[in-house]
Amino acid sequence: MSTKKVIYGIFDDDHALIESAKALKTKGIRVADVFSPFPIHGLDPVIGIKPTRLSNFAFWYGVFGTLSAVWMTWYMMISDWPMNIGGKPSFTWLENLPAFIPATFELTVFCAAHGMVISYLLVNKIYPGRKPHNPDPRSTDDKFVMQINTFDNKRVEEREIMDILKNTGSVEINEKVLS
Amino acid sequence: MQYTFSNKSRNICFALIGIGLLSLVGGFLTDSHRAWPNLLLNAFYFTSIALGVLFFLAVNYAAEAGWFAAIKKPMEAIAAFLPLGSLILGGVLILSAFHLNHIYHWADPEVVHHDEIIAGKAAYLNKWFFTIRTIVYLGGWFLFYRAFQKYSQIEQQSYNTKNWRKTQSLAAFFLAFFAVTSSTSAWDWIMSIDTHWFSTLFGWYTFAGYFVSSLIVLTLVVLHLKSRGLLPEVNENHIHDLGKYIFAFSIFWTYLWFSQFLLIWYSNIPEEVTYFMDRMTNYKSIFILNLFLNFFFPFLVLMKRGSKRRYHLLTFVGIITLIGHWFDNFIMIMPGAVKEHWHVGWVEIGMFTGFLGLFGFIVMSRLASFSTVENKQHVFYSESVHHHI
Repeated sequence: MSTKKVIYGIFDDDHALIESAKALKTKGIRVADVFSPFPIHGLDPVIGIKPTRLSNFAFWYGVFGTLSAVWMTWYMMISDWPMNIGGKPSFTWLENLPAFIPATFELTVFCAAHGMVISYLLVNKIYPGRKPHNPDPRSTDDKFVMQINTFDNKRVEEREIMDILKNTGSVEINEKVLS
Repeated sequence: MQYTFSNKSRNICFALIGIGLLSLVGGFLTDSHRAWPNLLLNAFYFTSIALGVLFFLAVNYAAEAGWFAAIKKPMEAIAAFLPLGSLILGGVLILSAFHLNHIYHWADPEVVHHDEIIAGKAAYLNKWFFTIRTIVYLGGWFLFYRAFQKYSQIEQQSYNTKNWRKTQSLAAFFLAFFAVTSSTSAWDWIMSIDTHWFSTLFGWYTFAGYFVSSLIVLTLVVLHLKSRGLLPEVNENHIHDLGKYIFAFSIFWTYLWFSQFLLIWYSNIPEEVTYFMDRMTNYKSIFILNLFLNFFFPFLVLMKRGSKRRYHLLTFVGIITLIGHWFDNFIMIMPGAVKEHWHVGWVEIGMFTGFLGLFGFIVMSRLASFSTVENKQHVFYSESVHHHI
């Protein structure tokens, strides 16, 4: 089994990191990931991260919330125990629709928000007690860490990757062998 | 780069104004009860768009926003309709207050004499006080507009942070003045048509409507300039932000519309509920159309990120929503003014067309009068160019 070697390029400026990623991309080198204390605007397309699908999920969670609210208000207020709303006849759900709008709105927001948070945690496998995957704790403070897997870039010499990193403003370059 | 007002656009504007004048004259000759409220409706609709853009400009200055610097010239060009629009609107309002027509019931001494409720409001709703208030609102906005214009001319000469500070405090004073006058002007001009009825929320509801229209018109003008190859530094990120504004304020408009409706529907008090009874029976089609065009349509179509960055789609949604807000103003003014005798026919469409031509003519001539539509001397220009979301 060949050793899996990883290169970490550490930057102290987010713009330098983007420029470096662009330089690597033009050489056909794939960046595996970037660890950053804050989101870097414009980085995603450079290192080939696809746009998130979370917003699509949010829409469908919202639709689910709306429909549950429609069902809930209809069952509680019209079907199971007809309620007298402001002296109005409560024979149909549609006639009392204005009264149900706030509840429908709340449930839509509730489902969309909670659905999004839970999906995010599940997709990223974040749960209590999970070991941090962060290669360098300084990336939670003032440094930006770019991870390049040598086994992703077999056609390029290791030396060459490091040279590009060094020439594009990386302040520190570390190597690590992953068994 | 300078914007050129092409002969073709100029001729189109003149043709539109011609149609407008024809339908104005025709409308007054055939049925002045129908023409007067229409004149008020269109004058208010287009003037409020210019006013809304001036408000948006002031908000951006007061908030120290940088992203809008590259689209400041189009904003100024739209606000340039304010003086002429105010003149027409002010004229219509003052003539109405002096009972040259039957828009305002409180302007009719006979009605005031027999109607106890209106008589009780006479201290506020009388022709002289109304005229003074109208002049204060329109004159005040005009003075602020002129001051913005003055600072903007200084701004164009050189990078000048001091001038920017001055503009910022001007913007803050304008916002304070506008906060009061936007509400009271809507009460005076629009809400008093249904003289018996009142709603504190009405001013914000009206404001939310014309603010959405202003943002749409701003977006359309910016996209028009871009299609001419101008404003190259304005990219999809700026347009995306404008799209978000349209999306968000469409929801805000719905929020206020519904807040007003829900309370009245729930409490079901005769003196309040008549307002909606009129609109839900005689104006049922427009009442429903209003919600669809101004809420469901922009809400569902502009929700996705991509649709706010696609220029053609944004233009399409913008135009539909603009028409929607014209209908929103229609249903604010017409029920009180003409009861169930409403039409959307050649008079309405013709007058709208005429005002559109006038509005377009003023905005495009103002754009062409700038030596450059870019705003490179603005303090935040480079921040605006590097806007990225």
